[in-house]
Amino acid sequence: MAGKTEPLADLSVAYTMEKVAAADWLVAAPVIWCILVGSLLLMLRKHTRIQPLIAIPALGILALMTLGLLGHVIQNGTVTMTMGRWLPPFGISFTVDLLGAFFAATSALVALGAGIYGRSDVDDTGRRYGFYPFLLLIMAGILGAFMTGDIFNLYVWFEVLLISSFGLLVLGSERKQLDGAVKYAFLNLIATTLFLVATGYLYGLFGTLNMADIAVKASELRGTAPLMTLVTLYLLAFAMKAAAFPVNFWLPASYHTPRLVVSALFAGLLTKVGIYALLRILGMLFPFEREELSFLIAITAALTMVLGVIGALAQNDIRRSLGFLVISGIGVMMAGLALGSPAGLSGAIFYAAHSMVVMTALYFAAGIGARLGGSFELTSAGGLYARNAFLAAMTLILFLSVAGLPPFSGLWPKIMLVKASLDIGAWWLAASILVTGFLTTITVGRIWVLAYWRPAPGGDDADTLPISLPAGATVALAGLVAITIAAGVWPEPVMALAQDAARGLIDPSAYVLSVFPVEASQ
Amino acid sequence: MRTVIFRSIAPYLTSLMVLFSIFVLLRGHNEPGGGFIGGLIAASALAIYGIACGVAPVRRAIYFHPMAISAFGLFMSAMAGVLSVFAGVPYMSGLWIYPHLFGVEVALSSVLVFDIGVYLVVVGAIGSIALALEERDRD
Amino acid sequence: MEPIFAILVGALFTVAIYLFLSKHIIRVLMGAAILGNAVNLLIFTAGRVTREVPPIIGGDTDTLSNAAANPLPQALILTAIVISFSFFAFLLVLGYRAFQELHTDNSDEMRVAEPMVEQSPPAGY
Repeated sequence: MAGKTEPLADLSVAYTMEKVAAADWLVAAPVIWCILVGSLLLMLRKHTRIQPLIAIPALGILALMTLGLLGHVIQNGTVTMTMGRWLPPFGISFTVDLLGAFFAATSALVALGAGIYGRSDVDDTGRRYGFYPFLLLIMAGILGAFMTGDIFNLYVWFEVLLISSFGLLVLGSERKQLDGAVKYAFLNLIATTLFLVATGYLYGLFGTLNMADIAVKASELRGTAPLMTLVTLYLLAFAMKAAAFPVNFWLPASYHTPRLVVSALFAGLLTKVGIYALLRILGMLFPFEREELSFLIAITAALTMVLGVIGALAQNDIRRSLGFLVISGIGVMMAGLALGSPAGLSGAIFYAAHSMVVMTALYFAAGIGARLGGSFELTSAGGLYARNAFLAAMTLILFLSVAGLPPFSGLWPKIMLVKASLDIGAWWLAASILVTGFLTTITVGRIWVLAYWRPAPGGDDADTLPISLPAGATVALAGLVAITIAAGVWPEPVMALAQDAARGLIDPSAYVLSVFPVEASQ
Repeated sequence: MRTVIFRSIAPYLTSLMVLFSIFVLLRGHNEPGGGFIGGLIAASALAIYGIACGVAPVRRAIYFHPMAISAFGLFMSAMAGVLSVFAGVPYMSGLWIYPHLFGVEVALSSVLVFDIGVYLVVVGAIGSIALALEERDRD
Repeated sequence: MEPIFAILVGALFTVAIYLFLSKHIIRVLMGAAILGNAVNLLIFTAGRVTREVPPIIGGDTDTLSNAAANPLPQALILTAIVISFSFFAFLLVLGYRAFQELHTDNSDEMRVAEPMVEQSPPAGY
């Protein structure tokens, strides 16, 4: 190939010859941006003062980019960019449909919140260990997973986010962190290896890794190839990533050990990547197999949500309690996946976005509360309402939102899911969602009463004087609270978005058309 | 491992291995080789030097922190793909220029820039792990 | 060739799972390394084992002239090897650090993050 002689072969067979529109660059730009800024910050690791000054504006730009991408996808439909000029399915495609763009935009907003919150939460040691570089690199992994249109590439992005999450988890290398990180690291490694096993089988069966290509070929191979085995393996691998019962025990073992902002980021984003992969692969690529497995998924979902919230009820440490609430939320999302109807999937999508924002904000609130003189222990916390009523109000809003009470964003997806389960007669699934909501209300209600409402257990007067909140952390918290209020009182746009995204999963023809414009139109 | 023979050979061996790693890196486009394997060779060169003469001289010799080298490589690789913005082709497309240097046509490409980035990532990452493990052995 | 590889992959999986069931971190680590190799062999077998020439385009042509071996599994395996190698290195360092700090590599005794006896939350206001 070397030398500038005219090529012998017709390049248009292998290459895309069209110029790339500037707007299409939005598909690749967020991931590239994260990698570029992340590596720049890694080079500046020692300059702890400069890092947030670069990272926070960079995360702001990232949020703008993903919001721009979401707007572009809403207006023009699914967009694709295939790397290195190769034609799909030979090149690796980045394909962004509504689901990917919606999750990407939400997660970028959450990451911006984490960046701002981290300014006051992560000290110089943590910054020298690389909090901001890893934050940007984990975002590269998460956004890459949401945007890629290639299953093996999805595996690679899972690993990128996993290895950055290891870095974040052991920030500071305390004993507790090492203990939690060992369990987190090994179980997640097994989960991603299972994912790789399934992908190996999938390649053996299909001879392709491009998701649009698989979606087309799955109907041809159905009946002749052992697709059920494949899909069950994927279900196990992603359920492990998403922390569904009974493969969820790495989450409560590790999520309360790292710095609070890291816990918040993990609780908001990491498990949702597993849910996204379940929605994408079971929901879009293998709908028939998902239908076969739906009873199993529904039972898993019901057990996950009920046992998750019972776990939360039994904890004394607020962070551990929140960790179990994350698991409980995963169960609600999996219920939507089990239903598989447009209403069920859109409920799961809405709930996932809601959970990204609210779980992160809950950890932020718990962290600010602990800093104001309360503690993470329910036995010794108290008096936070007297110290700062604004924080108590915001926390109450988040508590009501996570329990699914009106008028906040947790209500609507639960209504959608309960209605969808009743529509097909799965009364027990609807009942478990409602019971979970009830138990969640008790859990968070008790946290609020004990840590916020009752007077400080010490009874010291100095402990009850009002104090002001740390500015940066409060801005991050208030921004996320504003999102949950806005999505709660004005849910139509989000609901419409989730419904369109679910329709795109159930009928992937637009997705396929975006990757293979010529073939599909024939 | 700090025998006289090993200690006197190690600097020559290291410089030879680094030179060979660059040779492997550059021939990688059309022949077996490339950034990853070149980086591994260079990282093992650093490890050998570390075993023979201690970790501190290695850290002095490479001047930058290994993680910073790795980060620069990552930056370089990502930027190699960004070049295709200006050509109006998708990300990571191979772009070629053929400047004449001293009367010889030299084929330069964004692929090469990417490969050098990979080389630096591997040198930095593997090198930092190797040096960290060697340091631990000593105390 | 495929049946032999399939049996080999199965044997490697068995060994890996047996090691995963151990309480000791170091054995689990060995299991992870073996599982990584089992998966690589699996992908290799899934890409069809053939006796074809390597897929290398000669200097004077622009396309492959004849049937050639499938290059994609090799690329996938290379990626997977790099990833599992870096994971192994990380987990080795993590396990070693945990051993230094916690003085045990028995996962039953690693109870710093989740203590054996946990305080229950207050039962009343």
